[in-house]
Amino acid sequence: MKSLAELEAIRQKTLDKVAMRKDTEDGIRVVVGMATCGIAAGARPVMLAFLEEINKRHLTNVTVSQTGCIGVCRLEPMADVMIPGQEKVTYVNLKPEMVPRIVAEHIVNRRPVTEYAIGAAEKQ
Amino acid sequence: MDLYRAHVLVCGGTGCTSSGSADLIKRFEEQLALHGLDREVKVVRTGCFGLCEAGPVVIVYPEGTFYSRIAPTDVDTIVAEHLLKGRIVQHLVYKDKTKQDSTDLSLEQIDFYRSQKRIALRNCGVIDPENIDEYIAFDGYKALGKALTQMTREQVIDEILKSGLRGRGGGGFLTGLKWKFTYNSQSDQKYVACNADEGDPGAFMDRSVLEGDPHAVIEAMAIAGYAIGANTGYIYVRAEYPIAVKRLQIAIDQAREYGLLGKRIFGTDFDFELFIRLGSGAFVCGEETALMASIEGGRGEPRPRPPFPAVKGLFGKPTMLNNVETYANVPQIILNGWEWFAGIGTERSKGTKVFALGGKINNTGLVEVPMGTPLRDIVYHIGGGIPGGKKFKAVQTGGPSGGCIPAEHLDISIEYDTLVEIGSMMGSGGMIVMDEDNCMVDIARYFLDFTVDESCGKCTPCRIGTKRMLEILERIVAGKGEEGDIEKLENLAKNIKATALCGLGQSAPNPVLSTLKFFRSEYEAHIKDKRCPAHHCQSLLNFFITDKCRGCTACTKVCPVNAISGTVKELHHIDLEKCIKCGSCIEKCRFGAITKN
Repeated sequence: MKSLAELEAIRQKTLDKVAMRKDTEDGIRVVVGMATCGIAAGARPVMLAFLEEINKRHLTNVTVSQTGCIGVCRLEPMADVMIPGQEKVTYVNLKPEMVPRIVAEHIVNRRPVTEYAIGAAEKQ
Repeated sequence: MDLYRAHVLVCGGTGCTSSGSADLIKRFEEQLALHGLDREVKVVRTGCFGLCEAGPVVIVYPEGTFYSRIAPTDVDTIVAEHLLKGRIVQHLVYKDKTKQDSTDLSLEQIDFYRSQKRIALRNCGVIDPENIDEYIAFDGYKALGKALTQMTREQVIDEILKSGLRGRGGGGFLTGLKWKFTYNSQSDQKYVACNADEGDPGAFMDRSVLEGDPHAVIEAMAIAGYAIGANTGYIYVRAEYPIAVKRLQIAIDQAREYGLLGKRIFGTDFDFELFIRLGSGAFVCGEETALMASIEGGRGEPRPRPPFPAVKGLFGKPTMLNNVETYANVPQIILNGWEWFAGIGTERSKGTKVFALGGKINNTGLVEVPMGTPLRDIVYHIGGGIPGGKKFKAVQTGGPSGGCIPAEHLDISIEYDTLVEIGSMMGSGGMIVMDEDNCMVDIARYFLDFTVDESCGKCTPCRIGTKRMLEILERIVAGKGEEGDIEKLENLAKNIKATALCGLGQSAPNPVLSTLKFFRSEYEAHIKDKRCPAHHCQSLLNFFITDKCRGCTACTKVCPVNAISGTVKELHHIDLEKCIKCGSCIEKCRFGAITKN
């Protein structure tokens, strides 16, 4: 170990992996619907895409977790993105390739991707 | 993929390991692979969570769900329900015994954890102790970096001194002062050493720190080495702690690989090496001079002080010896500043203290509370009270060197000095709770039996004096106590305390003196009335059959000495002359007709 900067680099690298065990009150939560309906519609690749994307960007304050059936099975796979101080946004009919955009625009830049959200789907 | 959506933390402390947590880890990995979840869910083996009573313990993050007493088959349920479908398995979640409506508790909501403040144990049960990266992610080695690159040696010592940290091994000596003394000693070679020879019956604080957060001790020892000017350190740990020894060695190897031990640490000209020395479990080796004799390869026997180790210690060189828990506090003090640490606790006892709660208590386990916490809070709030609705009688602190705290002092604030005032001591932190069924004379006999066994035999007061005391106590509990025994005990105790060579002998009479102080009437009842008020001492009990007896003859068949007579359907009778008080008849009787008193 040559310097404090080197130590900090190791700290940052590992922080993402253990962040969920730390107390983070301002944490962002991504909750993917993973009931039978969600899984059947392809929720698992979507969740893995979230994990991969968040990992790639080293976002330490985001946890990805799963939940049961929300009741609108026809719109699965679904995911909620909850940012403290903002309204919850529910994304529907998700595919893995939609995930990078949600992470980049909503989680990083705090602008919800309205065209993927439940309101847009209901208008069609 | 490195990022996981859930972490399953399985306790790998000694308590949970012996109740099968290693099998759980294997089963989790199998089951996760079976369901194809092994890329999303990570299994981590951690150190002790503290609630050993509820072991084996499993925690699932991000929810922080606290599962207790998990059997291998429960793992299948947790994986299939919680991890696959996201449904918390309610019937496996920890339930607070003292509350009615206590489902769905996460870690932070449990009474046991809520009243605690974790400094020494902050990483125990949170990180994987065999992974240095996780320790670093939780700010590990930052304090060492700060000390080496931004602070002078004097500033480090000053920080520890001002924090008010006192030795956690028992004596409560001001840690910073010890550092300063060793710093002031002039020598071409100095050493730092860590006392991990935890020998008190029922104490497992140091073991848990070494098992759960070994890097904290390594980091602190390197800081201490820098401060006092030592380039070599020794950790003296008992060989009976195999998990602690293994993890410590892994941690030392990892630190060496990262260059956090070795030459030119953090690019400075500070070199530091660390070695483990195994003790064979002699209680006296917890005494500093005996410990150092043992590290040198000699017999574990104490020598008179002065010279103190700070002047003449290991291999005749100045040596600074601290206890595991003391070291575990050091990195936090350097990182957060002495003001932070001094703000916790009381006027003369700063910071927190770890206690191993055991005996007649609902939540057996490991707790860390701020100094000054009332004993009542520890017993009833964190500890969950006495099982079976029994009455609290006393708490024994400080193990064989300490004393007991009776019910009238239950509101005492836990500090070094208040405990000494009432004839007990902080000790290393063992806390054994006793209820109405415990005989205090027998407790004193038990502890003295331990010290007699562990006395190294070098000095006469300890070798012969404690033996004489034990003989008197054995006589008393056997119902052969004589008038004047109490005075003899007091006289012997006074002389042993005044003349024994080391701390072991000087403190050996404490359990007797303190039980005499608070429970003298129990001694008198044993001696004068040949009666044990707690109905504990077998020799002083008589067995009777009451009229609940239906004459089933079950007891006559089980009695090994044929002391019970009686015919079918008639009241039986015990011949007290023949009865050896083995208790077999009580166990056998289905009507609760046999009593002892």
